[in-house]
Amino acid sequence: MNYEAVIGLEVHVQVKTRSKMFTRVAAGYGHEPNTLTDPVVLALPGTLPLMNKAALDAIIKAGLLLGCEIAPVCKWDRKNYFYPDSPKNYQISQYDQPICLCGTVEIELPGPARNVMGEHKTIPLTRIHLEEDVGKLNHGATDSLVDYNRAGTPLMEIVSEPAMHTAEEAYAYLTSLRATMIYGGISDCDMEKGQLRCDANISIRHVGETKLGVKVELKNLNSISFVRDGISHEIKRQLAVVERGGTLVQETRDYDGQTGTSQSLRSKEMAHDYRYFPDPDLMPVQVDEAWKQRLRAECPELPFDKQRRFLEQYQLPYTLTSVLVWDRTLADYFEEAAKLSGKPQAAGNWIANDLLRELGAAHHALADSKVRPAHVAALVQLVDSGAVLTNAAKEIFVEMFATGEQPDAIADRKGLKAAPTDVGELEQWCCDAIAANAKAVDEFKAGKESAINAFKGPVMKAAKGKANPKVIDETLRRLLAAQG
Amino acid sequence: MSSELFFQPIAQLAAALDAKKFSSVELTRAVIARTKAVEARVHAFNSFDEAAVLAQAAASDARRAAGQARGPLNGIPIGLKDVIAVAGQPLTASSKILANFVSPYDATVTVKLKHAGAVLWGRLNCDEFAMGSSTENSANGPTSNPWDLARVPGGSSGGSAAALAAGEASATLGSDTGGSIRQPAALCGVVGLKPTYGLVSRYGLVAFASSLDQIGPLARTVEDAAIMLGAIAGHDERDSTSFRTEIPDYRAELKTRRGPWRLGIPKEYFGEGLDPEIGAAVEQVIAFYQKQGCEIKEVSLPHTRYCLDTYYVIATAEASSNLARFDGIRYGHRSKNATDIVDLYFQSRAEGFGAEVKRRIILGTYVLSSGYYDAYYLRAQKVRTLIRQDFMNAFREVDALLTPTSPMPAFKLGEKADPLALYLCDIYTIGVNLAGLPGISVPCGFTQSGLPIGAQLIGQPFCETDLLAIAHAYEQAHGWNTKFPFL
Amino acid sequence: MSSAPQLDIDHVAHLARLALTPEEKAKFAQQLGDVLHHIEQLKKVDVTGVEPMAHAAPVFNVWADDVAQPGLPVELALKNAPAQRDHMVVVPKVVE
Ligand SMILES: [Mg+2]
Ligand SMILES: [Zn+2]
Repeated sequence: MNYEAVIGLEVHVQVKTRSKMFTRVAAGYGHEPNTLTDPVVLALPGTLPLMNKAALDAIIKAGLLLGCEIAPVCKWDRKNYFYPDSPKNYQISQYDQPICLCGTVEIELPGPARNVMGEHKTIPLTRIHLEEDVGKLNHGATDSLVDYNRAGTPLMEIVSEPAMHTAEEAYAYLTSLRATMIYGGISDCDMEKGQLRCDANISIRHVGETKLGVKVELKNLNSISFVRDGISHEIKRQLAVVERGGTLVQETRDYDGQTGTSQSLRSKEMAHDYRYFPDPDLMPVQVDEAWKQRLRAECPELPFDKQRRFLEQYQLPYTLTSVLVWDRTLADYFEEAAKLSGKPQAAGNWIANDLLRELGAAHHALADSKVRPAHVAALVQLVDSGAVLTNAAKEIFVEMFATGEQPDAIADRKGLKAAPTDVGELEQWCCDAIAANAKAVDEFKAGKESAINAFKGPVMKAAKGKANPKVIDETLRRLLAAQG
Repeated sequence: MSSELFFQPIAQLAAALDAKKFSSVELTRAVIARTKAVEARVHAFNSFDEAAVLAQAAASDARRAAGQARGPLNGIPIGLKDVIAVAGQPLTASSKILANFVSPYDATVTVKLKHAGAVLWGRLNCDEFAMGSSTENSANGPTSNPWDLARVPGGSSGGSAAALAAGEASATLGSDTGGSIRQPAALCGVVGLKPTYGLVSRYGLVAFASSLDQIGPLARTVEDAAIMLGAIAGHDERDSTSFRTEIPDYRAELKTRRGPWRLGIPKEYFGEGLDPEIGAAVEQVIAFYQKQGCEIKEVSLPHTRYCLDTYYVIATAEASSNLARFDGIRYGHRSKNATDIVDLYFQSRAEGFGAEVKRRIILGTYVLSSGYYDAYYLRAQKVRTLIRQDFMNAFREVDALLTPTSPMPAFKLGEKADPLALYLCDIYTIGVNLAGLPGISVPCGFTQSGLPIGAQLIGQPFCETDLLAIAHAYEQAHGWNTKFPFL
Repeated sequence: MSSAPQLDIDHVAHLARLALTPEEKAKFAQQLGDVLHHIEQLKKVDVTGVEPMAHAAPVFNVWADDVAQPGLPVELALKNAPAQRDHMVVVPKVVE
């Protein structure tokens, strides 16, 4: 009997704001414990919440980017449960009237080869709502310590439909969602900092069945690769249970990415009853067309749209586009270099290969790079005009990365320009090369274009590598044509 | 009128302070001395900080000497119910769970009173977390009614009403969720004003039921209540439910607004359960207004009989959530008997909360719990809409409503042991909270046995000027506020 | 009038994190039974088509701009904490 897995993801994304969701103390990561609190964060008696406008802007923008319907009115509810990281022992969240409904995430599955585009799918979303984050527990040997710095940070919960069927799809979903959030400036989505957190609901069923099977909630998938590994592990575990003739139980399991194992969390002694009710301390939110319009104008082109455009507009190879489009600043950087140089692919190659390599080795961000798009464009033009040769250009790039100097100046300083070869001398080398290879001459004359390359090596060798390949090519053609 | 400083209304004290007849330090010393003389019998305070209060008084005198007095409250000792935060002062809500809590921040009303130059004086007793109608539910023990020490002062702002009636403060702040300012004001013979929901910021008020709570003044006269309201009213960004509205000069408006007004008498407020002496006293109030040329009209608020049930569903539901934060983790009482983290919640809350608070948390948790939400909470919210509509319909015909404040005068301490019997104390006051309206209780006489009686006027949203003017007209003609309890 | 519903006091006390003594349970169950019996009469009100009232007035979009303001110094933030160490609140070990 054939089984299929059904996967839905619940992703929490911290919204990048200066202050917290319901109070104006600063939000942040990596600060000394309990230095980002105020009476509201600590839920001192008498305190009241006050909405953060920027967090609302951010979630509406996220909704627009993902094609959600933005509810004309949404409200705030209290989700009541006791936990030591939750200062009020209720979380302000959105229950039956979330701000964003439906929407989709476009994903790309791995293609048949690295340089071939894979299949695209759209994964439907159920909803996105806004809520507040909780504090952080640090577990000691005999007790736990609570730090409330994170408590109250604006948090978006993005809930997908149970519409994915493989760990690959879930991985692709998360990759795409994460890139979209970063593109929109909504979150930095650094999973190590807990800015993006993922829980997965996983079940299996017979192929053809429409009802969902027994659902297992997988928690603590705290890196993108753990999401893939954890889900794939869980699907295998469920299949094994069923194949053994066992029964699956609805439970929450904790995945340990280090060991690649999962274990059941002690099932809660009683079913959750969150006693949601509208928060009387907060007024509802009304979103009108003008507000949406203003945010729509701020929405960037999404990575997959950009990729389609790069393929079309710049005629770039697929592999190059998939390096360039996932980082918005890199894509913008490329577009500027492409425009300045007039040679998109050459510029793209320099960026995708040399620039990224050097940045990686130096642990620099693109923003810190001394090589700006104009440098890349200048280098592309130097090579293109034949003034420098590829190997020399590689050397120039490394120097340029270190100093930020213009490539032309580096080439001059280091004597890396192709020598302006004496025309007579070059012509002689070309004649010699043609005379030495009658077979290639015949082939070229018979129409085998590539045969010309056979002469180039000896000429370049005679020129000690300092001749302009473009001039060599022209001279050879002229001489061959003159032979009749 | 009494010549004793501690019995004089603010308006009179402010004029005397301006005329340099005495200083704020002298006034404050008189109030402290009075408090020390009667407090053992009244027990209106949870705590007070004598040094802090005298320093504030001295500062207010210095401002006055420098020509920087800040209006009528400059140098006046004002007591605050122990549910309103004052930075550096205890904030206990009369609960064991907050026994050692010191607030690191000021409530908005506290900031405003400080800005007005008031001398903030003591922490006034109340029912634990403002839950009650007698101030017997206090971890610090009950407050007595200054008119009869064997009787309750009403509640939950019983300390605020009793302190004022006993001369232990010149005015006080209370909070009113279902009548907790007006009912004790009536039982202690002082003026109590519950403002329109949203007129006064709740920031820094320990929440009982967020959609009903409102801070308001208790004062010797309607004019004093107007002065106090003027100082504390106004939009506050920290309270999202506070309303953006122009704040008039309530005190000045008292003199410009004259009737005749159209007054509605809701027939449902004069039925079974109303003490006949109170009924008769309120009839006299009606007769007064009629004589003044006011149009008196019987009106009907048909959903009145559902107010109590609606109130107990909504108030306890909100409270069950509001009081979840009292868990012994970040502050407050932490049990020493807990075996683990989960047990810590159970034990700390069991040890920290009193019986009435526990009862209401249980009820509120129940009405929100899975399977019951629609039948109780959602339904109560809908009935609340109907209750408000009743009032708004009545206001199409009348300017204000006139009712008794409390169905009964002050009862004996310990007399009402059954929670339901105690809940019935609020039947005339809770409709105002459910509808978000302003209500004022003014003294309107005494029972045969000498217990104060209050009449309630209910106004339209944000029409406190009219409400105060109507109450003022009655007060001016009667002067019940010139009588003081013998202590 | 319909009879008051059964209040499962153990379940509700658990949700509310209140340890109740057997005496308290018995007493509260009886007292709250009376109150609930009273509340039952809400079921008699015809509420068809009536909007629930969550706030006293229909006001929307009450917010503040995203400007970070200083909070509490850590010493003041933890001043009321029953137990603290390393500028954090100490609780019994939390097993997740
Ligand atoms: Mg969830
Ligand atoms: Zn969530």
